[in-house]
Amino acid sequence: MSDAALGVDVVTEDRARSVTTERRPVRIALILIAVAFLTVFLLLPLFAVFSEALRAGFSGYWQAISEPDAVAAMKLTLLVAAIAVPANLVFGLAASWAIAKFEFPGKSLLNTLIDLPFSVSPVISGLVYVLLFGLQGYFGPHLQSQGIQIIFAVPGIVLATIFVTFPFVARELVPLMQEQGTQDEEAALSLGASGLKTFLLVTLPNVKWALLYGVILCNARAMGEFGAVSVVSGHIRGKTNTMPLHVEILYNEYNFAAAFAVASLLALLALVTLVVKIALEWRYADQIAGSNRH
Amino acid sequence: MDARVENEMNDVPAGALAPVAEAGWDEPMQVTVEDVAKKFGLTPALHGVSLDIHPGELVALLGPSGSGKTTLLRILAGLDIPSSGRVLFDEDDALTLTVQERHVGLVFQNYALFRHMTVAENIGFGLRVRPRARRPSRKEIRRRALELLDLVQLTGLEKRYPSQLSGGQRQRVAFARALAIEPRLLLLDEPFGALDAKVRRDLRRWLREIHDKTGHTTVFVTHDQEEALELADRVVVMNDGRIEQVGTPDEIYDEPNSHFVFSFIGESSELPVLVERGKVVFDKLPLNIAARGCRDGPARLFFRPQDVEVGSDLSGAIPGVISMRRRHAGARRLDVEVGRAGHRIEIELPSQFEGGVRGRIAVLPRRWRLFPQEPEGA
Repeated sequence: MSDAALGVDVVTEDRARSVTTERRPVRIALILIAVAFLTVFLLLPLFAVFSEALRAGFSGYWQAISEPDAVAAMKLTLLVAAIAVPANLVFGLAASWAIAKFEFPGKSLLNTLIDLPFSVSPVISGLVYVLLFGLQGYFGPHLQSQGIQIIFAVPGIVLATIFVTFPFVARELVPLMQEQGTQDEEAALSLGASGLKTFLLVTLPNVKWALLYGVILCNARAMGEFGAVSVVSGHIRGKTNTMPLHVEILYNEYNFAAAFAVASLLALLALVTLVVKIALEWRYADQIAGSNRH
Repeated sequence: MDARVENEMNDVPAGALAPVAEAGWDEPMQVTVEDVAKKFGLTPALHGVSLDIHPGELVALLGPSGSGKTTLLRILAGLDIPSSGRVLFDEDDALTLTVQERHVGLVFQNYALFRHMTVAENIGFGLRVRPRARRPSRKEIRRRALELLDLVQLTGLEKRYPSQLSGGQRQRVAFARALAIEPRLLLLDEPFGALDAKVRRDLRRWLREIHDKTGHTTVFVTHDQEEALELADRVVVMNDGRIEQVGTPDEIYDEPNSHFVFSFIGESSELPVLVERGKVVFDKLPLNIAARGCRDGPARLFFRPQDVEVGSDLSGAIPGVISMRRRHAGARRLDVEVGRAGHRIEIELPSQFEGGVRGRIAVLPRRWRLFPQEPEGA
């Protein structure tokens, strides 16, 4: 068949479609591939988690998640998130404010460093704290003599979690704040507002949805982090186990029903995060600069 | 000017001004800029600029981008700090005052309205953030916001958000917000730059009206010469971090004092000439143009298209060939190639002028300016 004949075929087959739209069979094939992929890799596992969790029935499920070690793991996870998320909220606001609104030497370095946790393996993120605060580490012996324990204790878990999650808020805010510039602030200052009032009444409201978006993602990661936390935790049941670590322990003990029960809570968290994220993107797309990068 | 004011008084709702005046405007302020220089890193943005702005005056800072006009405005506002020099507000040293203490009303090209606040909240912002002792009551703030909304002719829009307004309306809200703090000085940074041509013209008249009513000392930055010449009492032409000329629109247009001002303002043609013993020579041809104190040596001759005479028997005129002929509003415009280097000049003649393309013509400027050629690199 000649090219010209093919061209005529294409034109007569579907006059209405635009040049960037594929032919119907191609479209259907592409969609099917995507759906099949999602089903096999995402929906099936999600379904498996919930079905395994409920294999022993609701009473078994309830038993698994109300067992003292599981409750302790949940409490610890919530505690860690309750510290790490606000810490990163403050850090993220400060860093993005600095990067977006001022010029200072080392600005691009700071901007790059914020991304470090994204590019470093979580195991390394945990190991640096062992290196710093462990018994053989730089500050370990000194801290030990003061009776302060960081590694294999809650402070270490919090530190590792903060490290892993710190890009989330800053990454949301920096592009938005850069785009918004400093004119609103200049207007507020010239109208007589103090620096603090300018921040509270102008800057913060301008980024509130992006901030919430970043916090949601930060929280999801803080509660779900495994690698870094695993290195510094020491896996002491009822003491230094977060939910992801607890799931692993139960699983290694062949206690599948309980493992999946706790895992289902994490999966639920993921679903809630997803819904909130989509709702934010849908409603405030224009005010969430980085929304297309996640 | 008086006639114009009288004419347009009718457009502003009666009584719009009175309640605002009641709130107590300060006397209009004198602004003195003394030898102000500003460097960003190693790049100089302003080289020792001096300027007096009289009380109640409407002054335009006009220049191409990078001329330093916005830097000067930001220094007046307190948003930038000069590297050297002094700025006086009446008798006070403005440089010791913070942005907040200067009581300067700022209006930006992109409005900078607070997008999460309604129009009324935007206008009332400056009153709301005052320290408690000087803060009016909520009711009073609202009343003032509504008054100002009347003044800027946006009555009834107080509950809208900025995103629900047109560009021209937003700029008026920004203006009302700046007026709400009873500013000693109004600074407008390219106030109409983001608007389309028609809205721009309307807002220009509107701004002049408001200025004539409220009497604030006002400085606005623009790169649009038409805007500057039409709107301002005096125009400050800036170029490359320096003030080229300060004058009324008439002075700037009719008596430009430098080749930059001549070529930047209005239309003009330029020819390289030689001044020899008081005679102006173009292409070895002595012209019937007096050198009028221009020193001997290379110089640049400037004239406007309409300021010429043509004929074939003019003595001391510039001979040339018509290279293009076109209708220009009520007149005829010709491009004429002159001299061996083929310089192009543009002239304007009555529309009934007959000469066609390739026709020979002799052009004699009737009004012109000569500027000595500066040495290279100066």
